[in-house]
Amino acid sequence: MFRLEARTNTPAWFNLALPLLAIGAALVLCSGLIALAGAGVIEAYGVMFSASLGDSYAITETLVRATPMIFTGLAVAVAFRAKFWNIGAEGQLLAGAVASCAVGAIPMPGPLAILLMAVAGAAAGAAVALVPATLRVKFRVDDVVSSLLLNSVIFYALMALIEGPWKDSFSGYPISPPIEDSANFPVLLEGTRLHLGVVAAFLAAPVIWFLVMRTTLGFRIRIIGENPEAARYGGIHVERVLISTALLSGALAGLAGVGEVGGVHFQVMSDISPGYGYSGIVVAMLARLNPLGVVPAALFLAAVMTGAEAMSRATGVPAFLSDVIQGTALLAMLVALLFTAYRIRRVGTAK
Amino acid sequence: MSVVLEQIFQVGFLAAIIRIATPLAFATLGEMFSERAGVLNLGIEGIMLLSAMTGFTATNLSGSLWLGVLAAVVTGALMGALHALFTVALGLSQHVCGIGVTLFSSGLAYFLYRLIFGQQSVPPSIKSFETLPIPVLSDIPVLGPAVFNQFSLVYMAILAVPLAAFVLYRTPWGLSVRMVGENPRAADSAGVGVIATRFQAVILGGALMGLAGAFLSMAQFNAFTFGLVSGRGWVAIALVVFGRWDPWRSAGAALLFAFVDALQLRMQASGLGHIPYEAFLMLPFIFTIVAMAVMSRNAVAPSALLKPFRREER
Repeated sequence: MFRLEARTNTPAWFNLALPLLAIGAALVLCSGLIALAGAGVIEAYGVMFSASLGDSYAITETLVRATPMIFTGLAVAVAFRAKFWNIGAEGQLLAGAVASCAVGAIPMPGPLAILLMAVAGAAAGAAVALVPATLRVKFRVDDVVSSLLLNSVIFYALMALIEGPWKDSFSGYPISPPIEDSANFPVLLEGTRLHLGVVAAFLAAPVIWFLVMRTTLGFRIRIIGENPEAARYGGIHVERVLISTALLSGALAGLAGVGEVGGVHFQVMSDISPGYGYSGIVVAMLARLNPLGVVPAALFLAAVMTGAEAMSRATGVPAFLSDVIQGTALLAMLVALLFTAYRIRRVGTAK
Repeated sequence: MSVVLEQIFQVGFLAAIIRIATPLAFATLGEMFSERAGVLNLGIEGIMLLSAMTGFTATNLSGSLWLGVLAAVVTGALMGALHALFTVALGLSQHVCGIGVTLFSSGLAYFLYRLIFGQQSVPPSIKSFETLPIPVLSDIPVLGPAVFNQFSLVYMAILAVPLAAFVLYRTPWGLSVRMVGENPRAADSAGVGVIATRFQAVILGGALMGLAGAFLSMAQFNAFTFGLVSGRGWVAIALVVFGRWDPWRSAGAALLFAFVDALQLRMQASGLGHIPYEAFLMLPFIFTIVAMAVMSRNAVAPSALLKPFRREER
């Protein structure tokens, strides 16, 4: 007989082992789909790997792809720490993209433009996240549902803009006018798309880690998530901290949109985000809500996404495999997290 | 204003409300059963999409609509079982598992659809359900053609509401569902299998979500498209809250939402050209958020919602 026993502490190597276990399980489970599509599993994963991490250009593409997911992953990690269920990173990203695009279209010196784009995008994302947080605090509306519904509202607002006042009058396509050339984020490596936002994302992770783990606000965010009663008893204004968390989370998700506008697309279109907001949830969970863990987790998903397209071209396996891998990895990670709460013990045969 | 009123009382408008409400009613009842047993199922959006895909595919390959409906229901039940496995048997976070089930099911739906049908210039379609007028009843003025000249799945939805209320309030199983959702410890002491009952409720809920998906791809549209569900699953979750976890009220909430949705479709079509049509598309979602804000203060969720049950824990 085996029995589950509660575990009081978890060894540090779990932080690395569990995500790797989950990722491994997801890749093994999804290999069945590759076989179903009639392709070689080793070959398909091989193409995926070489197209995303195989050479220096591929690596830069994966880094660029990881950037928005680092931001949304941080946004979700911060929110989930406080048990603020922000599933609205997608809408907050879109709001950030729209706001930064509007600012970037105003002629001004480059550095000023980039700074103001970031400020506007973060503010827009924060404003959107404020809605579910306020509804929860003031009206006891479930934050999951309101933030999900808000994603649709923001998406339609974006569509109204690019099919209305922002529509390209020359081509007729629903694409916003491009931002000023001076507002384009500087490229760090000639011949690649490695832009300033990538560096910003890699810097944001340790900054957010410090904020969550080493500051008073971070302590409050963690305590209202872990034990709101104790927090209230200890004199912490739970509602106020929740609002602060939402603002921080929304701002981070908004920055994901800023990076996509300033560094990748230079304008806004309807498919500017292929679900980076939802991927942020997968990233945050793989990272065990640790801001530093968000970076490798986002890199993994980015590699899968970049690699899946090449794999699809080479083997005919639909690129949607990357979406299945994401979902499977999230579920596998949740199962793997059981090892942090329980250990399996062999016990004598019962009765 | 009189134009609006005129529109409302047209047969076509009433029929549109019923049609829009049907998948929402199935989905809302499904989510309600799950939540009454204490399990939030955020997988609903993905489960509806995957069921719509399997239902459509089964019909496309076999030529039988009802075989497609069966495929969709089985798909929904299986995905419900998957969600129950994670949240009930393993006691994992219902929020995150639900998102995981949605991401997984949506990805799988797109993957399999592309695998089976490839990238065709003309998307594959099926001969979808046709309306089935009910003799005598469909001759009632206004109400007859609006309610009794509909798809057979619509009638199933109309019958599902009293049936769900009966099962939930008048059968021993329904009592068990309510007990495990309110006080699993007491239910356990009374000899009710908490884990088994929750599994059954989530699986039944999944099957109903499957019907919702089947309606979308096989009656409302005759194709599987990538934006097919487009937030209807999330709306259903809100409607359960709005309907206070009661079958009748939930169905009422679905009708109310359908009314707003049908109204915005009419307003789009009625030449209010200076307002972008997206503003109307937003309307049902904003309406739902506002409705939740108004209702949530008094809404009392099942006490054990979101709480996993482990017998040995006290």
